[in-house]
Amino acid sequence: MSRAAIVVAAVACAACSGRMPVLDPGGPQAARIATYWWIVFWLSALILAAVVAFLLHTLAHRRVAAAPASLVEDTRVERRLALGVAAAVGLTALTLVVLLVTSVATGRALRSFGGTDPLTLEVTGYQWWWDVEYWDPVPSQRVRTANEIHIPVGRPVLVKTRSLDVIHSFWVPGLHGKKDNIPGHGSSLVLQADRAGTFIGRCAEFCGVQHAHMQLLVIADQPEVFDAWLQAQRRSAVVPTDAFARHGFDLFMTGPCALCHTVLGTPAGGRRGPDLTHLASRRTLAAGTLPNTVGHLAGWIIDPQAQKPGAQMPGNAFGADDLSALLAFLGGLS
Amino acid sequence: MSSTVGPTSTLAPGEAARETLDRAALERVWSTPPGFLGWLTSASHKSVALRYIVTAFGFFALGGVLAALMRLQLTRPESRLIGPDLYNQIFTMHGSTMMFLFAVPVMEAFGIYLVPLMIGTRNVAFPRMNNFGYWIYLFGGLMLWTAFALDIGPDTGWFAYVPLSGPAYSPGKRVDIWAQLITFTEIAALVAAVELIVTTLKMRCPGMSLNRMPLFVWAMLVTAFMVIFAMPAIMVASTMLAMDRLVDTHFFNPAEGGDALLWQHLFWFFGHPEVYIIFIPATGFVSTIVSTFARRRIVGYPAMVLALIATGFLGFSLWVHHMFAVGLPQLGEAFFTAASMMIAIPSGIQVFCWLATLRGGRIVMRAPLLWALGFIALFVIGGLTGVMTAAVPLDLQLHDTYFVVAHFHYVLIGGALFPLLGAVLFWLPKMCGRMPDERLGRVSFWITFVGFNLTFFPMHLLGLGGMPRRVYTYARDAGLTTGNVVASAGAVVLTAGILVFLANVAWTLRRGAPAGDDPWGAETLEWATASPPPSYNFAYLPTVDGQAPLWSTQERPVVTGLRTDVREVLITDGVDATPDHRHRLDGASVWPFLTAVAATIGVVTALFTPWGVTIGSLLALVTLTGWFWPRGAPAHETVEQRP
Repeated sequence: MSRAAIVVAAVACAACSGRMPVLDPGGPQAARIATYWWIVFWLSALILAAVVAFLLHTLAHRRVAAAPASLVEDTRVERRLALGVAAAVGLTALTLVVLLVTSVATGRALRSFGGTDPLTLEVTGYQWWWDVEYWDPVPSQRVRTANEIHIPVGRPVLVKTRSLDVIHSFWVPGLHGKKDNIPGHGSSLVLQADRAGTFIGRCAEFCGVQHAHMQLLVIADQPEVFDAWLQAQRRSAVVPTDAFARHGFDLFMTGPCALCHTVLGTPAGGRRGPDLTHLASRRTLAAGTLPNTVGHLAGWIIDPQAQKPGAQMPGNAFGADDLSALLAFLGGLS
Repeated sequence: MSSTVGPTSTLAPGEAARETLDRAALERVWSTPPGFLGWLTSASHKSVALRYIVTAFGFFALGGVLAALMRLQLTRPESRLIGPDLYNQIFTMHGSTMMFLFAVPVMEAFGIYLVPLMIGTRNVAFPRMNNFGYWIYLFGGLMLWTAFALDIGPDTGWFAYVPLSGPAYSPGKRVDIWAQLITFTEIAALVAAVELIVTTLKMRCPGMSLNRMPLFVWAMLVTAFMVIFAMPAIMVASTMLAMDRLVDTHFFNPAEGGDALLWQHLFWFFGHPEVYIIFIPATGFVSTIVSTFARRRIVGYPAMVLALIATGFLGFSLWVHHMFAVGLPQLGEAFFTAASMMIAIPSGIQVFCWLATLRGGRIVMRAPLLWALGFIALFVIGGLTGVMTAAVPLDLQLHDTYFVVAHFHYVLIGGALFPLLGAVLFWLPKMCGRMPDERLGRVSFWITFVGFNLTFFPMHLLGLGGMPRRVYTYARDAGLTTGNVVASAGAVVLTAGILVFLANVAWTLRRGAPAGDDPWGAETLEWATASPPPSYNFAYLPTVDGQAPLWSTQERPVVTGLRTDVREVLITDGVDATPDHRHRLDGASVWPFLTAVAATIGVVTALFTPWGVTIGSLLALVTLTGWFWPRGAPAHETVEQRP
C-alpha cells in the first residue's frame, strides 16, 4: 500500500512539478532548495521502501504460532536481531549526517548569493495587502507600489521584510523560501529570477480573517523592460483634463478614498491602504483577489466585503454616474 | 502499629474460602458509591479513566466534524459555503480540540487506567486529585465548546500568535476564552502527570524494579515528566497573553518594549514536546501490541527505554524548528537542524526494534496488530517528512504550507491515532470483559488506512504547489483543485473507517463474546486479573520476578497482609520496588468536584473581570478546606518485611 503510495507520489511529482512552484524554480535560490529536496526525497523514498519491504517480507514468511509465548530465547537469533537493529541505527545516523551536512551547505550557499549591487526592496505586510518600496539613496527616486513587484532578470534582489500590524510571511515559492514579516523585527532575504515570468507570492503566516486573499505577483522582466517600468512608476499622477475624469478626481479627493490611499502628485496622501498612483498598470486588485478590470474595480469599490469579507476597506455608495467618473479617473492612473 | 506483609506462596486450595471473604471485604471498601453521587465522587482510577476516555473520544468526534467541514469548504475553489470568520474559528477549534482536549487527555487516560493494573496496585496515588483533574478537563472543554457554539470561539489558530491574538488585533472575548481555558485544561494534564509519576515510582508491586517495568509504563513515565516540564511554558505564555488582554500588560506588544517572538519561543517550547507527549504513549501501545502478537519479548528492551528517555530530553531542544522562517543566525540554524534530525535516531531505534521483534517472533495476526503495523508504515512516512522540515533550506519552502499539514497528520494520526485505535481493540476486552469483532476490526483498519492516505498524501503535493495553511479558500486557477478534491474524497473514506471502528466498539460492549482474563495471551499484569477488573484490581497484590511476568513459568507469589477494611496499598521503593510501607488512600469524596466547580466559576468570571481571580480563589478556599479537613487515622503504617 505504502509502496504504491510512494510510486504514485513519484509519478505525481514528475507529472505536475510544472505546476508546483517549489519544484519549478525560477532562480538560483529556489533551484538550490529544489536540488536539496530531490536528494532528501529519493533518500526518503529508499528508506520507506526498505522498511515496508522488510515488514512485508517478515509478514509473508512468518512462522505459525501454535505454542503460547515463551521467554526461552535462542541467543544466536537474539544476537543476529540486535546486530540488525544496530546496523539499521548506524545507517540512520549516517544518513542523517549526510542530510545535515548537505542542509548546512545549502544554507551557506543561499546566504552567499547577493552580489555587490542588489536591487533593494522593502516589503511591508499589512492586513491584507503588501506595501512595496523600491529603495534609492535619493528619496525622490524611491518608488512605492503595492501587491506587485517587478524585478529585473539576473540581478539579485534584497527584500527587507517588515510589518506594522501582525505577523505576515513573504513567500514566493518559485524564487525562494519564505521570510516572516514581524512587527518590531526586521529581516531580509535575497532572491533572483533567472528567467522572465510571473511568480505568485502568498502570505504564509496566518494573519487574520483575509489571510487567504493576501497574494502578490513578482514579475521578472528583462533589465531594459524593468528600467522602463521603474521610470514610469517614478512619475506622479496628473490631474485629468477630461471633464468626466476630472469629476472622478474630485470625488476621490473629497470623498473617503483619499483618507486611506495615496495618489502621488495629488492631495490624496492616505497611508492606510495601497498606494494607487499607478493602479491601472497593475494586473490584480485587492492583493491578488481579483483581476484588474473595470468591472471588478467597480464591484470592489461599491462592495469590497462581498469579495473579501473582513477587508479593511468599507463599501462606498456611489451613484452610477459618479462611479463611472471615478473609474475613468482610476483608469487613467497608469 | 506495624504488621507484616510480603510475598507468600500462591494460595493453597484450602485458602479459597478466605480469598472469597477477602474479596467481599475489598469490594465493600473499594467499590464506587452507586448512582449519580457515585459518579461525581468516584475515587477509582478505572471509572475516572474510562470517563476520561469516553469524554476524549467525544471531543475527537467534535474535532472530526470540524475537519469534515473544512474539507467540505476546500473541496471547491472560491467556495462560499463557510465564510472566513467561521472558518478561522473552525480550524482553531479543530487544532485546540484535537491537541488539548483529545490527544493528550486520551493518552493520559489510558495511562491512568492501565498503569496501576500493569504495576500491580489498587489505585493511583492521589485518587481524589485524579477525579478533580477530570472535572477541570471536562469543564474547560465544555466552556471552550460553549463559546464556539455562541460564535465567540477563538479564531487565531491553536498557536494564537501575537500580535494577531493581542488586544489590538483581536478585540472581543474570543482569544480570552482560548488563553484562559487552555491554561485551565492544562491543569488536568499536569494533575494526571503527577498521578502517573508518583504511582509509577512508589506503587509498583514487589519485584518490579525499574528494569522490569513494562515499556508502556516507561512510556507513560517519560510522557508525564515531559508534561510537567512542557505545560508550564504554555501556562505562563497564555497567562501573559491573558494579562496583556485583560489588565493591559505589554509582554508581547513591540510598541511598548514587548516582543512578538517571545510568544513563539514560549509556545513552541511547549508545542514541540506536546507532539512527543502524544506520540510516546503511542509507542507504548505499539510495544505492548507487537510483543504480544509476536509472542516474544521486545528486542532490545534497554535500547527501547533509553530511546524513550532520549526522546524525552531531545524533544525539548528543537522548538526553534517551528520558527526557521523568522530568520536565525547560521549557527542557530545548524544547531536546531541537527537537534531536530537527531531525534530521528531514538525514533529509528524503536522502529527497528519493533521490526526485529516481529522478525524474531511467531506472529499471530489479529486486528490490534494490524493497527500497529499500519502505524509503522505511516509513522516512517511522517518521520521522513519531519526530517525534511528539519532542514532549514527546505523548511523555508515547506513551512506553513499543506506539506506540513500532511506531515503532522501522518505523525499524529498515523503515529498516535492508529496505535490508539489498536490499543482500544487490544484493551477493550480488559475494560468491558467482551471481545471485539475481529473481522470488523480488520475492515475498519483497511478503510481507515486507505482513507487516511487518500486524505493526507495529496496534501504534500498541495504544499509543494504553494498552498499555505489556514486559508479558507484558494483561487480557481491556482492548480490546487485536484489535490483538494482527492483529499476531501479521502476524508469521506476515512470517516467511514472510523465509524466502522466505533460500530465495532458499540457491538462489543453489547454483544461481544466473554473475554476471560487474558484473551490475547499477553504478558503484563493487567491480564492476571478478571475482565473487567474488580474495584480493588487484585485480591492479593502480585509480585514479579522478571519482565513479562505472565509468560514466566515460575510460580508467582502474592502479597498478603494488607488490610481489607480500609483502602490500603503497598508503597515500594522507587528503584527496586522493595516494600516500604503501607499507605491508606482516600476514598470517594464530593469535594474535588466542588473544587473544580469553584475553579471554573473563577476562570469564567475572569473572562470578564479580573475580580474573577479573587472570587474563584475564595470559593476554592472553601472547597479546599472541605477537601483537606483532617479526619480519621494517620495514613501511613510502616512495614516489617518478611524475607
